[in-house]
Formats: sequence, C-alpha cells, structure tokens
Amino acid sequence: MSAAYRTRLRDVRPGTVLAVAALVAVSAVVLLPIAIIVFTAFKPVAEVNAYPPSLLPGTWTLDNVREVTSELPFARLVGNSFLFAGGVTAFALVFDSLAAYALARIDFAGRKVLLVAIIATLMIPFQATLIPLYQLVADLGWVNTYAGLIAPRAADAFGIFFLRQFFLSLPRDVDAAARIDGASEFRVFRSVVLPNAVPALLTLGLFTFVNNWNDLLWPLVFTTDSEMGTITSGLTLLTGPSGIVPHGVMMAGSLIAILPLVIAFLLIQRRFIENIATTGLK
Amino acid sequence: MHAPPTARRYRPPAPLGGRRRATGSPAGRNARAWAFLAPALIIIGLFVVWPMVSALRLSFMDASGFGREEFIGLENYLTVFTDPDVRDAVLNTLWYTVLFTPTAVIAALALALLLNSPRMPFRSFFRTALFVPFVVSFAVAAFAWSYLIDPQVGLLNHWLRGMGIQLGNVLEDPDLAMPAVVLVAVWKLFGFYFVIFLAGLQDIPASLYEAARMDGAGPWARLRSVTLPMLSNTMAFVLVFAMIAALQAFDQIYVMTGGGPYGHTQTLVMEIYESGFRKLDIGFASALSYVLLIATLLLSLVQFLFFGRKEKDLSS
Repeated sequence: MSAAYRTRLRDVRPGTVLAVAALVAVSAVVLLPIAIIVFTAFKPVAEVNAYPPSLLPGTWTLDNVREVTSELPFARLVGNSFLFAGGVTAFALVFDSLAAYALARIDFAGRKVLLVAIIATLMIPFQATLIPLYQLVADLGWVNTYAGLIAPRAADAFGIFFLRQFFLSLPRDVDAAARIDGASEFRVFRSVVLPNAVPALLTLGLFTFVNNWNDLLWPLVFTTDSEMGTITSGLTLLTGPSGIVPHGVMMAGSLIAILPLVIAFLLIQRRFIENIATTGLK
Repeated sequence: MHAPPTARRYRPPAPLGGRRRATGSPAGRNARAWAFLAPALIIIGLFVVWPMVSALRLSFMDASGFGREEFIGLENYLTVFTDPDVRDAVLNTLWYTVLFTPTAVIAALALALLLNSPRMPFRSFFRTALFVPFVVSFAVAAFAWSYLIDPQVGLLNHWLRGMGIQLGNVLEDPDLAMPAVVLVAVWKLFGFYFVIFLAGLQDIPASLYEAARMDGAGPWARLRSVTLPMLSNTMAFVLVFAMIAALQAFDQIYVMTGGGPYGHTQTLVMEIYESGFRKLDIGFASALSYVLLIATLLLSLVQFLFFGRKEKDLSS
C-alpha cells in the first residue's frame, strides 16, 4: 500500500513540476504587456528609446504621466469614460431587470414570443446596424452628447436574458406571500426580487461597465469632438500613422485607462470569474 | 456544463395554483407586464430593431449620407460580391478567423485542463493572471503589443533576436501583420474561453473518472474517452463564440495597422467603417453590413439549435 502510494507520488510529482513551470512561463508571457505598460509609464524618455531595451526603469519619473495629461484633455476623457460606461450600466441594470422581471415572474399573453424575439436581437452585431444607428442619433441631434453615447445602450437583450435566467431560479414563495399581504407588483420587484439578485446585478454591472469602458468603435463613431471622446478612443488620437507620440507617453495613458478596471477586477475577481464563466454557458 | 441549473431555469415556472388569484386578472397582469417591459422594449426597438430594418432598406439604395437616396435594387449587393476590395476583406476576415479560433480555443482548453486539478499549486493565482487581459481594452492591448514588437526598441523583438529569431518590422510585413493582430486578440480573449472551459470541467462527475480508472484507462485515455466527450457542449459554445468574435474584429486592427500594410489586415468591419464613415457610401456599407449580419446569424443559429437540442435532451 505505502509502496504503491510512493510510486504514485513519484508519478505525479515530475508532472506537477512541469505543469507549474509551464504555467509560470505562460503567465509571464501573458503578463508581459501589462508589465511593459506599468514600467514604461515611469521610464525617462532616454531609457524608453534606448537600445538594448530593458523591462525595468533605471530611474523612475512622472514625466510621461505629466505629458499625457497635457496632450489630451485627460481629466475630461476619464470623466467621459466614467459617465458613459457608468451611465450605460446604471440604465441597463434598471431597464433590463424590469423587463427580466416581467419575463420571469408575470404570466402574461405573448411572453414566449417576446422572449424569442429578444433572444433573436441578441444575435445582431452592433457593427451591422452602426450606419443607420448613427443617422438616427444624428437626426436626434445627439452626436457628441452623452445622450447619444448612452441611450442606444440603455437596455440590451443580453442583460435581459441573463437576469431573466437568474430571476427564474429564485424561489417564488416569498413574492406570493408578499402579494397576499397586498404588495404591488413593483413592490415585489423592488423589495423581494431585487435584493436577492444582487450577485447577478453586480456581475452584469461589471461586465457592462468593462465592455463599454473598453469599447473603441462606439465612441469613435458617436463623438467627433475630441472633448466628448472616452479615454479609450482619446488615446487612439495620439497614435496615428506617423506615430509621433513617444511610447512612454502612450504607456502612461494606457496605464491610467486600465487602472480602474484592473483594480475593480482584482477586488472582486473570484466571484466575477465564476459568474462570467456560468454566464457564458447560458 | 451547468446542465442541471440551466434545465431548471429553462423550465416554465410552476403553476401558481391558488396563489394565482392573488396576482389579479389576466388583463391586469398583461398591463403590468407591459409596463415593466416598456422602457427596455422602446430602447431595443428604437436603437436595434429599427436600425436593422433601416440598414436593409439602405442596402438597396444609392445613398451618400447627405440625404440623397435613390433605389438601385441589388446593385450594392452585386458590388459586394464582385468588388475585389470586398473579396480581399472577406478573405482577410476568414484568414483571421482561421488563425484566431483554433489558437485561442486550444490555448484556453490546455490551460483549463492544467488548472482543473484542485491539487495544482498556486491555482487561483494562475487563474487570475490568465484572466487579467480580458479586462484590458483592445486599444490598450494594441498599444502595448505594438511597443513590444517595435523593430527598434521593442523588448520582445530584442529578446527574440537574442534567440536568433529576426522578425523585422512585423506590422509593415504583409505576411506577419495579420498574425500580429490575431496574437493581440488571442491574448485578450483566451482567458474568457479558459474560465468557460474550467466551469465545464468542474461539472464532469468524478464518478466517470473513477469508472474509467477502474477499467484501467490512463490519463490520455481518460482525456479522450471522458473529458473531451463530456466537454463537447462547452466546446461548441466556445467555438461559436470565438468565431463570432473573429468575424467582428476591428479595434486592435484600427490601432495597430489601420488595415495595412497594403490592405493585408483590412477586415469586414474595417471595410464597413471605411466605406460608411470615410467614403460615405452608405448604401454599399449597409449591404456589406448585411453580409456580416447574416454570417453572424448563421453562426448563432448553429449555436442556438445545438443548445436547443441539449435543452430537450435534458428535460426528457
């Protein structure tokens, strides 16, 4: 028995060591772009353009951070990102959960047909409707406004479907009891269902926020005024074909652009990863 | 797969029986339901459904974006199917898909298999590290990778040169530019597929492995006869998801190459953006959009049918 156990240990160990070594190597490659952003952001110009290049700065400097904030209306762009991604997230959570509640909890005529129709719109890539959507937003006079950025995304089929699935899984006894006590439908929604759906709302909220914060095509199309762009679209203004902006400045801008999301992710990463994984499967 | 919970969630809610009376008349329920649905339906109707219909109408027009519209039948579609630029963009998008899908999916699956064992040391650290790129935008990923592979001062280029690999100016190289933009997409997205595979692996009952072990199956045999068959639904889902992502490639290409060199990374969405927003050939861009829409719908339909079948299997 103990000999067999020892044999098994001997069988397992080299494999585990190899696996850990492989994982360390892969993680190093995966984290390299993040490392280059962080370290280059604090490198003096001379080092950024030095040959041979190095990963770590010899001396640390805030010059790049200072320069990128003067090249762009930086505070404005970061503020726009928060307003756009935050606004979309706030509206979408409210409207999606209202719709999802009706689809999951109210027995009304046409529910099945409507559900199928909503799932069908889930399959429409926004790139395919971009041109008429732009015309519509332009006709409303909403180009270069927060309304134009936010309103078209204030509800979405994915969020409705995701929350509906979650609402269906909640027990129905409590809302029935609340109804017998004379609670209105909205009260059941707000005080019974929503408080129990906090994990799902958090996941959907972070997912929506990340996707919108990171989106490039959307702000690129709906804003032509550089004051109305987001940090993601604003940074691309610095590149361009001539590539005149120094790498250090670009990396400083990139660092500021990813910092809020990376921090938020690291804070709630375990739950987020688990929820995203199961979300994908529905 | 999260088969049991999904099946439970898909089942229509249990009959309410006597409680139903408490929820009021059918007419009252209908009115309340539509009140809850109204805001979302107005948004989706106005900003998703209407533009889709509108794009279809525009695709039969000669429209320039300044309000001038003239019905020209199928001419835009004829151009779409004969224009050499469109043909190149379609071929580039396919090439992108062929490079991206297997690379991202195999990397994700291999890492999920490695990290599935609870005995693996530093498991949660690796899981977090591999998922971090998913929260980084394509644009920022593109800046970082462009710098890493810069022909003069790129650190990765320098290290590879040390190993005797001369890449030169990757983004100006007609053969290497596409693999480079694909690499950025693999980097950004594989972590997402990885966690989906991990969730799928967790749902395979341990008893199946026990049984296989009793039959004398080694690790490879267990992988082939238990893991991969049990993972086929997850695999199908991830494959379709990856292919749809590949069809819609835009962000990092816009930043890294702008479609170049000589149009070698010009994809379908890049072409839509250029013809619609630069050349203002709205009718043509709308026809092109419908090509993308139909390609995505077909892929989604495959996925939907596949999962629909699984639903039926589970509830029977």
